[in-house]
Amino acid sequence: MKLLRGSIAWIYALVVFGFILLPVVSLVVFSFQATNLPLPPFAGPSLRWYEALFADSGMVEALRNSLIVGVISAFFSTMLGFLSAYGLARYRPAGAQATRAALMTPLGVSYLVIGFGLAITANELALGRSLVLVTLGHIIINLPLAFAIILSQMRDEDETLEKAARDLGANEWIVITRIAIPVVLPGLLAAFLLSFTLSWDEFIIAFFLADFDVTLPIEIWSQLRTGLDAKTNAAGTLVFAISVVTLTLAYVLNRAVQQRSRRP
Amino acid sequence: MTIRRNWQGWALVGPALLVTLVLFAAPMVMVILTSLHRRTGGTTDRTLSLDNYVRLATDSTIHQALLNSLEVVGLTVFFSTLVSYPLAYIIAFRVPVKWQALVLLLTVVPFWTSYVVRSYSWLLVLAKNGVMNQSLQSFGLIGEPITLANTRFATVLAFVHFFVMVSTLTIYASLRQIPNNLPLAARDLGASPWHVFTRITLPLSIPGVTVGAFLTFVLAIGDYITPQIVGGGNELLLPQLLMLQVSRRGDFPLAAAMALVLLVIVAAVYAVSAKNLTLERRR
Amino acid sequence: MTGAGIEIENLVKDYPGHTALDRVSLSIDPGSYTVILGPSGSGKTTLLAILGGFVEPSSGVVTVDGHDVTTVAPSKRPTTTVFQDYALFPHMTVGQNVGFGLEMRKVNKKKRGDLISEALEMVGLAHTSDRHIADLSGGQRQRIALARALIVKPRVLLLDEPLGALDVKLRRQMQDELTRIHDTVGTTFVHVTHDQEEAMSLADTIVILRDGRIEDMGSPERLYLNPATAFSARFMGDSNVISGTVAAGGDTVDTVWGTIGVAQTNNPNSLVTLSIRPEHLELGPEGPGNLGEWVVHESHFLGQRQRVVARRDSHEVLISLPQTASVRPGDSVILGVAPDRAKIVKGDA
Repeated sequence: MKLLRGSIAWIYALVVFGFILLPVVSLVVFSFQATNLPLPPFAGPSLRWYEALFADSGMVEALRNSLIVGVISAFFSTMLGFLSAYGLARYRPAGAQATRAALMTPLGVSYLVIGFGLAITANELALGRSLVLVTLGHIIINLPLAFAIILSQMRDEDETLEKAARDLGANEWIVITRIAIPVVLPGLLAAFLLSFTLSWDEFIIAFFLADFDVTLPIEIWSQLRTGLDAKTNAAGTLVFAISVVTLTLAYVLNRAVQQRSRRP
Repeated sequence: MTIRRNWQGWALVGPALLVTLVLFAAPMVMVILTSLHRRTGGTTDRTLSLDNYVRLATDSTIHQALLNSLEVVGLTVFFSTLVSYPLAYIIAFRVPVKWQALVLLLTVVPFWTSYVVRSYSWLLVLAKNGVMNQSLQSFGLIGEPITLANTRFATVLAFVHFFVMVSTLTIYASLRQIPNNLPLAARDLGASPWHVFTRITLPLSIPGVTVGAFLTFVLAIGDYITPQIVGGGNELLLPQLLMLQVSRRGDFPLAAAMALVLLVIVAAVYAVSAKNLTLERRR
Repeated sequence: MTGAGIEIENLVKDYPGHTALDRVSLSIDPGSYTVILGPSGSGKTTLLAILGGFVEPSSGVVTVDGHDVTTVAPSKRPTTTVFQDYALFPHMTVGQNVGFGLEMRKVNKKKRGDLISEALEMVGLAHTSDRHIADLSGGQRQRIALARALIVKPRVLLLDEPLGALDVKLRRQMQDELTRIHDTVGTTFVHVTHDQEEAMSLADTIVILRDGRIEDMGSPERLYLNPATAFSARFMGDSNVISGTVAAGGDTVDTVWGTIGVAQTNNPNSLVTLSIRPEHLELGPEGPGNLGEWVVHESHFLGQRQRVVARRDSHEVLISLPQTASVRPGDSVILGVAPDRAKIVKGDA
């Protein structure tokens, strides 16, 4: 009986993982397709679609835009998230609960509504549409997450470290940059990389706020509407590859940082 | 001392609050305001009126879209939870501890591909000559290819594919928080494995189920891409209706009213489930 | 319900890298209060886990009341366990927790209610049935865990360091409670701890475990006053442990402290280890005086006794003096020990 239960578990897990992974595996495999359509039979492997991708200036531009928007918005989300987490955790000002709730509210609102709201507002203020607006949109959706992640990394024991530093004569700037930030560095990295990853593949807000300079998801969307070919598979695989690299980087950096600070 | 603490605390938190005010609160106010305007002819009439809300209350297309959204998302939450729970359980209790993080990662990894591309891939899988039809035929379950793409089935399938990840993670977290000695104590007192599951494990994992379901609900109900691409716009859901007002008809006011409906639905669901929405360990 | 006797034969538990239990054999009398005492890593928790059925031994046999339970699951054994951090079910009330075992045994609701009230009264927490676990203090949770385990009338109750999380005063209180409850119910109690004071206050029999083996076993008095080994002497309290050679007569031992008489006769010239309790050292010329002159180095007033450290050349001795003794650092004192107070123990100094 126990053996049967055990094998049912493994069969189930395999089926579900198959369900989850199959579309992705076929996506990646058919990006190397030699013929036109990303459909069986597989006549590969061929790099023609990657060549096509990089020859496509629209795609390349969009890729570049996504990277820039991603990095900048992630940076600001993380920085603002850190400052507010630090402020709340260490200074405990009055109304901390309300502040925390206020900062987290955007999480409860669909990206559709946030994007739409920003679009209307930009329209009223005659700000038009631009990548700058897209960046702002990404900042506001990632700020609550960065804040929550970093706040969860701030423990009361670390405050003792900061008190010790002040006791030894350090000013606030040094306390923050030399003590507080290094201690929560894993959290900062996690927040940054998560924000980047979420911004990188974000469609709806970018759709509302960008005009001719678009991000990668929008470019892919436009191209897909005119016809399906394996070039989008290549784009998807590329997005995948970049995400894998980013998250592996996160993991490696995190390990390195944790080794150095070796929290008890 | 308290005064200094307060002031510096506010200085640090200030920027984030300001950003939230400008980039979130203000736009939300704009949405509310805009919903009270009217679009007539080709221009926007800014006199405040509740016309849009009257429209919402009476227009059957809108009602249908709302109903469709709730049904599709309801099905999604139901099936995602159903599929995720056993998976989370297996990962939490059958996979050796040191491999658990890696296996969880494996559930998440597929979603690092482009959302847009992935949605289109489903169209291929579900096409008349796609993988699914071919397998169904080879297993002798159907005689001729059936229409799978551009249906509600396709939308729910694609949604479940994505949201299984969310619930698996939250349910896993909940399961792992159960102290190891609770099942031991239950067994010690005579509980069978079934009882250990139903009386101890399951009740204590409800927070994970609830958080996962809530997140799935919020994310799915506002999702435009999947129903649009995979469902083919054959069945209109609320997000698509909203986008139609924006892109085709330029009726921002009505769209704004719809956006508020979305917000209200999410808020209502949150209010109902707030009690259970924490993954923290109950002491 | 009378307690069951337990027979443990040649129990071995191997883990990759180390052996937790190395051929432990032990008899536990029915209805007794046995304490398994040892430092961390001694194997005591493993032993208890095997008795409870949570861990299977690599080899060996466990018999409870004549039945071989070595491979029997916890739910089917006549044992229940009080876990180290109580393992109370956080999503159930006090009553539901306590009644859980009865529910599993399909006792009907009315009967359960009565038994739960009884059990709660026994542990001094009457009328708390509807309270939530989160609202209880550590001491209260401990009692609920006890009630939950005892309500199913086990033949053997296993306790895994149950008092570790409590503060000193509460611990003493709970020790009295445990003794009272044990005397009332008559179940065999097997209690694991690393605290020798706790062991001595509760146990009929103490089993000292070290590195997976039984170091010593017996009543608290015997273990304290006549320890078998140097380790046991040190573990059961403070002790001065020195080595020496048996002198020609066989009834004295020459040590670096002086010549000390011993109660048992031994082979002359054999190397032995002696253990002398600090409170058995006598001060002044009125005593045996056989240890000579020492200089007091430290003196601490501890309330009931005084703890004094004295030195001579490179040697140091620990003495426990009555409350009224007046020695100060720098004083010169003469020390002695009576022959029946110096115990020969196995092991090295």
